[in-house]
Amino acid sequence: MAQAIVAGGFEAYYATRTQPAVPPTDFPSATEDFSENRGEAHLILEGVRCAACLWLIEQALARLPGVTRAEVNYATQRAHVAWDPARASLRRIVEAIREVGYLAWPYDPRRQEAVERRESRAALWRLFVAGFAAMQVMMYSLPAYLDGGGLSPQAEALMRWASLLLTLPVMVFSCAPFFSGALQDLRQGRIGLDVPIALGLAFGFLASAWATVSGAGEVYFDSISMLVFLLLGARYAEAAARRRARRQLDPLLRPVSEKVFSVNDVIRVAPGERVPADGVVIDGASSADESLLTGESRPVPKRAGDELAGGSVNLEQPLAMRVTRAGADTRAAALARLAERGAASRPKLVAAADRVARHLTWVIVATALAAAAWWGNLWVAVAVLVAACPCALALASPVLLTRAGAAALGRGALLANARALDAFEGATDVVLDKTGTLTTGRMVLARIELLGELDREACLEIAGALEAASRHPIALAFSPPGKIVVERQRHFPGKGIDASLDGKRFRVGSEQFCRELAGARSFPAAAGPRTRVFLADEGGWLARFELEDELRPGAAELVAFLKERGIAVHLASGDALGAVVAVAGRVGIGRFAGGMTPQDKFDYVERLQRAGRIVVMVGDGLNDAPVLARADASVALAGGADAAQLRADVIVLGNSLNPVAGTFELARRAMRLVRQNLGWALAYNAAVLPLAAAGWIGPWEAALGMGASSLAVLLNALRPLDRDPKWKASPSSYPSRSPSYS
Amino acid sequence: MESLTLLIPLSVALVFLIGWVFWRALQGGQFDDLERPAQDLLADDDK
Repeated sequence: MAQAIVAGGFEAYYATRTQPAVPPTDFPSATEDFSENRGEAHLILEGVRCAACLWLIEQALARLPGVTRAEVNYATQRAHVAWDPARASLRRIVEAIREVGYLAWPYDPRRQEAVERRESRAALWRLFVAGFAAMQVMMYSLPAYLDGGGLSPQAEALMRWASLLLTLPVMVFSCAPFFSGALQDLRQGRIGLDVPIALGLAFGFLASAWATVSGAGEVYFDSISMLVFLLLGARYAEAAARRRARRQLDPLLRPVSEKVFSVNDVIRVAPGERVPADGVVIDGASSADESLLTGESRPVPKRAGDELAGGSVNLEQPLAMRVTRAGADTRAAALARLAERGAASRPKLVAAADRVARHLTWVIVATALAAAAWWGNLWVAVAVLVAACPCALALASPVLLTRAGAAALGRGALLANARALDAFEGATDVVLDKTGTLTTGRMVLARIELLGELDREACLEIAGALEAASRHPIALAFSPPGKIVVERQRHFPGKGIDASLDGKRFRVGSEQFCRELAGARSFPAAAGPRTRVFLADEGGWLARFELEDELRPGAAELVAFLKERGIAVHLASGDALGAVVAVAGRVGIGRFAGGMTPQDKFDYVERLQRAGRIVVMVGDGLNDAPVLARADASVALAGGADAAQLRADVIVLGNSLNPVAGTFELARRAMRLVRQNLGWALAYNAAVLPLAAAGWIGPWEAALGMGASSLAVLLNALRPLDRDPKWKASPSSYPSRSPSYS
Repeated sequence: MESLTLLIPLSVALVFLIGWVFWRALQGGQFDDLERPAQDLLADDDK
C-alpha cells in the first residue's frame, strides 16, 4: 500500500496531512461497477473528422434494435448511448459503430488519453514526413531553378526520380487526411473544403510523375511537398491548440462517473475521488472542492446532512453519501450539456462564412476545369485548385471559438451558445435584473439608530432572537440569536413579530406596528429609500434599523466597465420603484424601471431592439426566461438554481459578476480575430482566383501563397485572448491545471 | 558530375535513416507533452 502511494507520487499529500483518516462504515465503493445491467454508457469515438461522420454514427445507432437513446457530440467526440439490456448489448453497439468505419471504446479517461495520443503522434509523423521530404526535394530541384546549372540530362533525370521517390510517401501517407476527407464528401454527393486541395495535389503529383517517367514536361514535386508541409503544419498547430483548450474544458465535459447509479444508492467516496453523483452526506466529515461547478476555489466543508455535488472532489476524509440525482440528472451533467451545446454552436458571422466557403468550393472546381480546358494546360487547373482552395478559410474560426469557450470557463463563465459572441461584440445596451442579479436577494444592515437605553449589541441580540424563526428576507439580515430564547412568539404578516422575553413584550417590525406597543412618536424620513425596521418594548422605543439590498460582488465594477465602453446600462426589476432607485443609485445606473412584470421586461427589451439596439440581458435565468430568450444574448447567474432549467447563452458559475465583464472583453477580442481571419482568407481567395485562372500564377507560387496564407491565419488565431489583466479570472476561479483527479 | 550519381541515392538513403530515428523518438513519447516536463522543473516536490 505504502509502496503504491509512493509509486503514484502521492507522498506529498500525506506529508501535508494533519488528521488521520476515519473510515466510515463499509459501503460499496464508487469504483465498483454498476453499469452492466443498466444499459447506459459513454463511448469514445475514434476516427471522427467532421460533423457528417457523427451524423453517420447517429443513424447507425438509431437503426439498431433496442437502442433507446444515442447522442453524439462533436466537441468531445463522445457518444452517450442508452439501450434496453434485453434487446441489445454494448458489444453489439460497438460493432455497429465499427461497421460504419469508426472505432468506439467504453469511456475511460485513460483510454481517451491514449486515443488522443495516438492521433497526435500520427499527425506529427505525417508532418515530419512531409517536412523532411519537402526539404530534400527542394534541394534536388534547386539546380533546375538556377537555369539548369549545367546539369547533364542523366543527372537531371536522376534528381527527378529521387524527388518522385521522396514525394511518394508524402502523397500516400501525409496527404491521407485530405484524400479521405475529399472522398467522404464526394461519397455524400457534395463538394467539401478538402475537395479542391485533394484534386490539386492529385493532378499535380500524377502529371509530375508522368513527366518523370516519360522524360518530358515539367515537374513540381517541390511545390507539392512544400504545400503539404505548410498545410499540415497549420493543421497540427490548430489541433494542438484545440486539444489544449479542450483539456481546460474537459473536467466539466467528462461524465461525472463512468458507473451508473440509481437514486438512493449508498456509496463511499474516498479522499481525492470525484463525487460520482449528486447526493447527501450520511456519514463522515470532510471538505469538497466544488470549483468545477461554482467557480469557488476554497474547499467547502461537508458533514452529515450536507449536499454533495457530483463532479466535485472529496478532499480530506472518506464520506458516505446517499444518491439523490445520478447520471444525466446531476447538476454537473446539466452544465456539461450546456457547454457541449455551446461548443457545437457557431456565431452568425462564422455560419455565414461557412456557407460562403461551401459555395466557393464549387466555383473553384468549375473555374479550374474551365481554365484547364481554355488554356489546354493541366498546370493552370492545379494552380487554381491550390491557390484558391479554402484551406485558410477552414482554419480561420474553429480554433478561436474553442479557445474562447475555454477562456470564458477560465474566468468562471460557461459559454452555452456562441451567438453570445456576436451579440457581445456589437452590444449597445445591457439590461440588468435586480434581485438575484445585481443583488444577492439578501438584506444587510446598513445603519442602526438607538432610541432607548439599550446599547447596540443588546438591540441586535433581541431583534435577532425575535426574528430567529422567520424566513423573511428582512429577518435574515439579523444574525442568528445567541442564548436568548423568546416565548409566545406571534407573526403578523406584513407588519412584524411580537414575542415575550423575561416576561416583557417586545415587537420588531414596521413603525406603525411598534407604535401600538410603545406609544406615539414620529420619526424623520430615513436617509435614502432604505427599508426601515423598528424595535420596541412595552416601555418605549429601542432602536431603528435601516436595511438595504446586498450587492453582488462585482456589481458596481460591471456597471463602470460597461459605461466605460459606451454601453447603455438599464435596470429592469419587478420590485417596487423605491428599492430599484436605491440600488440603481448605489451602482451608478441612470436608466431604471420598477414594478415590472415578466411581460413588461419582455416589451422593454423588444422596444430597445426595435430602435435598432443590440441588447444583452442579465438575469437569474429562471423567472426571466422569456426576456432572456428575446434579448440578442443572455447571461444567467447559475447560483443555486437548477442548471437544467437555465436558458441562457452565458452562464456565470460563481457568486460574482466579474465573469460577465471578463466574458465581454473576451468575446470582443475573439470576434475581432475571427473577423480579421475571415476577411484575410476571403480577400486572398477572391484576389488569387482570377490571377490563377488567367495563368499568371504558376503552381509553385500558388503553393507558397496558400501555405503562407494558412499559416498566417492560424498564427493570428493563436494570439492571446486576454490582454487586459484587470478582467482576468477572479481568485475564485478554475485551477488551470487540475490536480490528480482521476 | 559523376559524383552526383552516388550522392543523390546516398541522400535518399539518409532521409529514410533520419525518418526512422524520428519515428523511434515519436513512438518513445518524446513529443507527447511539450509543456509539462518544462513546468515540472519548477514543481516543489523534491522533499
